[in-house]
Amino acid sequence: MKATVLVRPKPGILDPQGEAVQGSLQQLGFAVDAARVGRVVDLELRDADRGEARAKLERMCEQLLANPLIESYEIQLVEDG
Amino acid sequence: MTAHEPKPKVAVVTFPGSNDDKDAALALAQLGAEVVPVWHAEEALPDVGAVVLPGGFSYGDYLRAGALALIAPVMTSVRAFADEGGLVLGICNGFQVLCEAGLLPGVLRPNRSLTFVCRDTPLTVERTDTPFTSRCRPAQQLTIPVKHGEGCYFVDEELLAELEASDQVVLRYEGDSPNGSVARIAGVVNVDANVLGLLPHPLHAVDPVTGSSHGAFVLGSLVDAALHAVAQPASV
Repeated sequence: MKATVLVRPKPGILDPQGEAVQGSLQQLGFAVDAARVGRVVDLELRDADRGEARAKLERMCEQLLANPLIESYEIQLVEDG
Repeated sequence: MTAHEPKPKVAVVTFPGSNDDKDAALALAQLGAEVVPVWHAEEALPDVGAVVLPGGFSYGDYLRAGALALIAPVMTSVRAFADEGGLVLGICNGFQVLCEAGLLPGVLRPNRSLTFVCRDTPLTVERTDTPFTSRCRPAQQLTIPVKHGEGCYFVDEELLAELEASDQVVLRYEGDSPNGSVARIAGVVNVDANVLGLLPHPLHAVDPVTGSSHGAFVLGSLVDAALHAVAQPASV
């Protein structure tokens, strides 16, 4: 089973990278009011059971993939037959 | 008599990507410690009075600086050592590792400026009753270099209030912080004050030839404390 984990800076957390990206897009002539830069982690899991896979992904996020002080995460499961 | 005086043993851990381990060892040796190098893959710590996690880019700073050191075999022992009251000092990347491992509160984020900072930095000592600052005078000003890209210390307002209430801030940047840290925090201890993380590099400031020898106040305090820690039979 394939999964994608999206890790984002939490709302309210200063994101200097996002600010720099927003400023650069403005300079290119795009009207962008805000940009936030996060991280994408694509995973291939051995689990076949969606529930189990999701539970494991939650633990992966809590233990390593995201830092709960500053980051939120979103788990997307993708069936691949 | 000096030949018979016991030297405090201090472990310096090397992760893949650590680059200050040799400098840390030199500085500690210069201050009278017997340095025991420890490779990250070792599961047990040698019998030492203190452990130093040096600066660098452990595991390439992948994911988040310090995050992947969580899985280093030696970290299980470092955590157990700290839980028993053992002295642990994390410098720069070592500080990032301690935060990510949950041994210290907070997290270190990319500098507010998004640029790497490398310069002598004035600091104020906020506490002298810790094993890391016993050689300092209250409110002493120290000049110690920083060199980091991810040194912006962050805790939310609630956690900051807790840190301040329990006097866990040991070092603060004087004037503007070089990285955007909340409350200009440069170094924090855990509640029991046996674990310190700091961004500046005292190991680069123990010899006047480098411009400042103020780092010796911090590392010298640790060496003093490590000697006492070894002297206690309970610290097996």
